[in-house]
Amino acid sequence: MNRRPVGALPTGLLVLGAIYCLLPVSWVLISASKSPGELFTLGTLTPGSGLLENVRELNAYRDGVFWRWMLNSVVYAGGGALLSTLVSAVSGFALAKYRFPGRNLIFNVLIGGILVPSVVLAVPQYLLFSKIGMADTYWAVLLPQILHPYSIYLARVYASAAVPDSLLEAGRIDGASERRLLGRVALPLMVPGMVTIFLFQFVAIWNNFLLPFLMLGDDGKFPLTVGLYSLLAAGANQPSLYNLIITGALLSIIPLIALFLTMQRYWRTDLSGGALKG
Amino acid sequence: MHRRHGGARLSAAPYLFLAPAIVLFILFLAVPIGYTVHLALRRTRVSGLGLGKGSRREVFVGLDNLRAAVTDDELWAGWLRVLGYGTLVLVVMLGLALLFALLLDSAHVRLARFSRIAIFLPYAVPGVVASLLWGFLYLPSLTPIGGIDFLSASAVTYSMANVAVWGGTGFNMLVLYTNLRAIPRSYYEAARMDGASELAIALRVKIPILVPAIILTTVFSIIATIQVFTEPTTLRPLTNTISSTWSPLMKVYRDAFVTGDLYSAAATSLVIAAVSLVLSFGFLRVVRGRAFGEGR
Repeated sequence: MNRRPVGALPTGLLVLGAIYCLLPVSWVLISASKSPGELFTLGTLTPGSGLLENVRELNAYRDGVFWRWMLNSVVYAGGGALLSTLVSAVSGFALAKYRFPGRNLIFNVLIGGILVPSVVLAVPQYLLFSKIGMADTYWAVLLPQILHPYSIYLARVYASAAVPDSLLEAGRIDGASERRLLGRVALPLMVPGMVTIFLFQFVAIWNNFLLPFLMLGDDGKFPLTVGLYSLLAAGANQPSLYNLIITGALLSIIPLIALFLTMQRYWRTDLSGGALKG
Repeated sequence: MHRRHGGARLSAAPYLFLAPAIVLFILFLAVPIGYTVHLALRRTRVSGLGLGKGSRREVFVGLDNLRAAVTDDELWAGWLRVLGYGTLVLVVMLGLALLFALLLDSAHVRLARFSRIAIFLPYAVPGVVASLLWGFLYLPSLTPIGGIDFLSASAVTYSMANVAVWGGTGFNMLVLYTNLRAIPRSYYEAARMDGASELAIALRVKIPILVPAIILTTVFSIIATIQVFTEPTTLRPLTNTISSTWSPLMKVYRDAFVTGDLYSAAATSLVIAAVSLVLSFGFLRVVRGRAFGEGR
């Protein structure tokens, strides 16, 4: 092999990028440890002594509504991503492994959904949900986020690569029904790709602000994003509430960062290779 | 090509498997779009004194609402702000994403794994929280960088663009990096043998191969940027330099939920959708023309 001189400039640029990306995260980590008094007096990078007190105060805020938001986010993102992954996987399998009249039309129409900006959808979705009296419910946030055209596209690509035709043929010769082939042959082979789709959908729903912001009025149903926004809107003029907002922000990013660091090998944007490499 | 081994059974299965997606598509995509078009073409007319039932009727007004949306000064001001903001975000975010992807892929860097994870990390931070963190970092009473008012009228666009760049670079970097890793090494071994520098390989071999992925990320970023809403809405409580109609989507929100004018809101959202379709298809056309021109 060639000698590999380490370029100081490329490494320096990358590390600069890393520092830029870590800056706000480390700031919130340090700031959450400061008591309300320390927040404005201690140096930016000096940890304070108020972390536990801040967490206790956040627990007490409106009878622990913050943890309710966390739980709601888990329900919306977990439930939504699970349903979304199943729908995408089954659709992707059908589009990849069957030839039938209308296949291209259905695929193109479904995929065309990628280009529809969510603004044309979120407002009328709210109006339609309120017409049937379901606007301020869990369903109003959960249901519209199940269909995800790009996930169907990814699932189709993955099914083409991961499910061999010969295996389906063999199953058919043995007399297995198509539903059985889907459940026992195709889906198990597609699991690694489905994990990736699940993760991306989980993050997309967890991070979504517009839809729940429009749909929900009752703060007991808010996900974290809308809850933290309401906390900021209430506390922006009261510096005494800043430590509460900062602590909430820190606690709200811990679950996703944990998910992200533990599931690293599944964070891929390209599923055409079939099997996942580490 | 006929594949009839399954007989009649085979023909129903794919439709059944696709049924959930099709039903969801109709309920949560087609119907809302249809309803938006319906509203955009109508308006309430008040007859008489506007009292009592039946005095307020929904009437068909054709393209009036759309005409009003297209000629609305407030909306135009919003478009101009988003144009400046969006150009900045697209160029800096995608430029950095490409730079970092190429650096990670080159053989000459240390700390690549650490940097890759750190740069992708903001993807795990919701836009609301990112705006909130940066918003506090911008506040004069908390900022570690003195002497600049990040939330002043002249700086707020840059400050907001910074939040979007911070949040979006990592994901786009990952898309481009994944594409780079898929290129067989043998592609540039030859160039390396000939003594080509890493920079030359990046510019002459890697970037041309990446063009389709760059186009894809650009189109997705254009669509997302036109709909900017979360960042200005979250930063608004911290400053008075962001108006309630800062971006076109914020105006839709105000029309629909604050002033209660659903018809204008529907018309404006159709205009936003049209602009985003025209821009993404226009961009595709331009780059396609270019790419083919170069290929000959």
